[in-house]
Amino acid sequence: MNVGLFIPCYVDQFYPQVAIATLELLEKQGCNVHFPPNQTCCGQPMANSGFEHLTGGCNELFAKNFAGFDYIVCPSGSCTLHIKEHLGVPEIASRCYELTEFLTDILHIKSLPSYFPYKVGLHQSCHGQRGLKLSQMSELNAPHFSKAEQLLSQVEGLELVTLQRRDECCGFGGTFCVSEEALSVRMGQDRVMDHVHSGTQVLTAGDMSCLMHLEGIIRREKLPIRVMHLAEILNGVAVELDAAKK
Amino acid sequence: MKHPELAEKFIKDKERTTWHDETLWWVRQKRDMAAFQLPEWELLRETASRIKNNVLSNLHEYLLAFEAKAIENGVLVHWAADAQEHNEIVLSLLKAANANALIKSKSMLTEECHLNEFLATNGIDVVDTDLGERIVQLRNEAPSHIVLPAIHLKKEDVGETFHQHLGTEKGNKDPQYLTEAARQHLREKFVTRKVAITGVNFAIAETGEFVVCTNEGNADMGAHLADVHIACMGFEKIIPQRKHLGVFLRLLARSATGQPITTYSSHFKKPRPGQQMHLVIVDNGRSRQLGRPEFRNSLKCIRCGACINTCPVYRRSGGHSYHNAVSGPIGAILAPNLDMAKNADLPFASTLCGSCSNVCPVKIDIHDQLYKWRQVLVKEGHAPLSKTVSMRAMTFTLSHPGVFNFAGKVGRKVMQAAPFMVNNGLNLWYKQREMPAPPEESFREWYSKNRNGESN
Repeated sequence: MNVGLFIPCYVDQFYPQVAIATLELLEKQGCNVHFPPNQTCCGQPMANSGFEHLTGGCNELFAKNFAGFDYIVCPSGSCTLHIKEHLGVPEIASRCYELTEFLTDILHIKSLPSYFPYKVGLHQSCHGQRGLKLSQMSELNAPHFSKAEQLLSQVEGLELVTLQRRDECCGFGGTFCVSEEALSVRMGQDRVMDHVHSGTQVLTAGDMSCLMHLEGIIRREKLPIRVMHLAEILNGVAVELDAAKK
Repeated sequence: MKHPELAEKFIKDKERTTWHDETLWWVRQKRDMAAFQLPEWELLRETASRIKNNVLSNLHEYLLAFEAKAIENGVLVHWAADAQEHNEIVLSLLKAANANALIKSKSMLTEECHLNEFLATNGIDVVDTDLGERIVQLRNEAPSHIVLPAIHLKKEDVGETFHQHLGTEKGNKDPQYLTEAARQHLREKFVTRKVAITGVNFAIAETGEFVVCTNEGNADMGAHLADVHIACMGFEKIIPQRKHLGVFLRLLARSATGQPITTYSSHFKKPRPGQQMHLVIVDNGRSRQLGRPEFRNSLKCIRCGACINTCPVYRRSGGHSYHNAVSGPIGAILAPNLDMAKNADLPFASTLCGSCSNVCPVKIDIHDQLYKWRQVLVKEGHAPLSKTVSMRAMTFTLSHPGVFNFAGKVGRKVMQAAPFMVNNGLNLWYKQREMPAPPEESFREWYSKNRNGESN
């Protein structure tokens, strides 16, 4: 199957290793993956700030770049949700998948050949969880499920920690992270402390934006937690945790 | 001050912020425990939502039916187009009763209309009888939460307030002692005041009766002892029939505090002999909201406060950071309808995490409305110029792949060669967070080298 790789703009620029892990993970599953070189951004930063009316150029570019693929896969719940809800192109929206849901629901992955002998804290990114319904939400009286946990449970040696608040927002929130700087940081600090108290060695999530914010706090406060995207863990990236602590 | 500054001020006291967050999170947990005991919880929410949708689509007929029944029952009905008219009506009723003092149980509508201030400037003494409301009233503050008006205060704060105003012992913060002091203080007011105002939780079109929910019985104590009972309601409080009430009573207290039901759910239908019972039905912008398809279902709100308790922003910024009678996520979608310029900051005081919509017992799409209000506010010209300029620049860059690629390369090189260009006091990200370490090459550069040169 032909897969169009949709890489969020900030991942392309700051976290190429996450995009590489996503690409390799999909290739190992036999997908024919192509990265349309003219892609930039989904337009969410403008739209969430109230400037949806300025996103026409971005939207056209996106629709042009991603026409003709069987599936469009993205290692971000937030960007995927934006494309699905606000791009306004149904044939793109219906084929666009966040990485973990693509692995569980389309590829039906039952085993992963990766080894990761660490205590992992899973951060539920809100747009993936409450927007794309990638896992059950703590507010609802409904049975538990989690696509990310379903995949992480296939990784040998990996131990998931139990958090006090399993799906509270980290406070990134797009431009909120600077327009409400004090609040955003406080929310992030509280989330990080939950992981510290729960014994998290590696903090992971399906969205690099939440992780960029949380990592910024972790590094500033010199805490012994390593931050990695789910794609990196699922792709079996080897890490030296002692090096990460420095 | 706008929400970001007010929030920053609140957060400065780290310990109090932790306490405030944990206190409200506990209320959210109590809500979960109560809600999850009912296997039909999600069905109840859906049912309530549909009943309210029906109400909003037939409001005109229901209101007229309700009025006709209420008049038949002996209630005097008044209509107020806005806050000013509402306040004038209440004042005229007080003058007619020759009263210069009254007691009032909890009513968010009267907060929305700023009735207390209006009556005070007209020489009327108002005593709020809900304990939390009385505490904030003595402190000359606004309620910080629609259900828990004094949730921003610790018992030490209440002890000090009561010491100053009610003469309790200095330093005594024992809740039982303080509550007893409030009880004695309020008892005297209940017995002597001739006019009582209450709010309305539900108004039943079928019967013309209205239901008032409290935990302290203070609405009943006031209304039953007063010669004149004035009940004030926003016009969206209508439900069609008495049989629908159970759906809402089961949802209201579970969502609000985790109780199965409020201690008192009092039905008021007709005045007792010799008593006057007035109903003031208020619009105050509700018709305007009803006419906005994307925002009208905010009028389904039953004021339970569940969205406030679950909101990670509210729990860390406090109710007063919303500078509006109704705080939190629901306040942020109601306030712009009242005054767009004054409240333009509120829909941005959210990460759009969506927890509010999930706990809402009447399924208001709160976080989607926050997003939609942002679009409206920007189009109506309520975005700061700096934001408009940066958004236009961002749009240009992101619409042109060549520009994006070039800007990214330059940006990463600058960050590598001269980190002080971004790591400085002007960069709000860097104030309390490290910047991501810029990599040697972007993914697209890596891809063009490593995958058959497909990319540019």
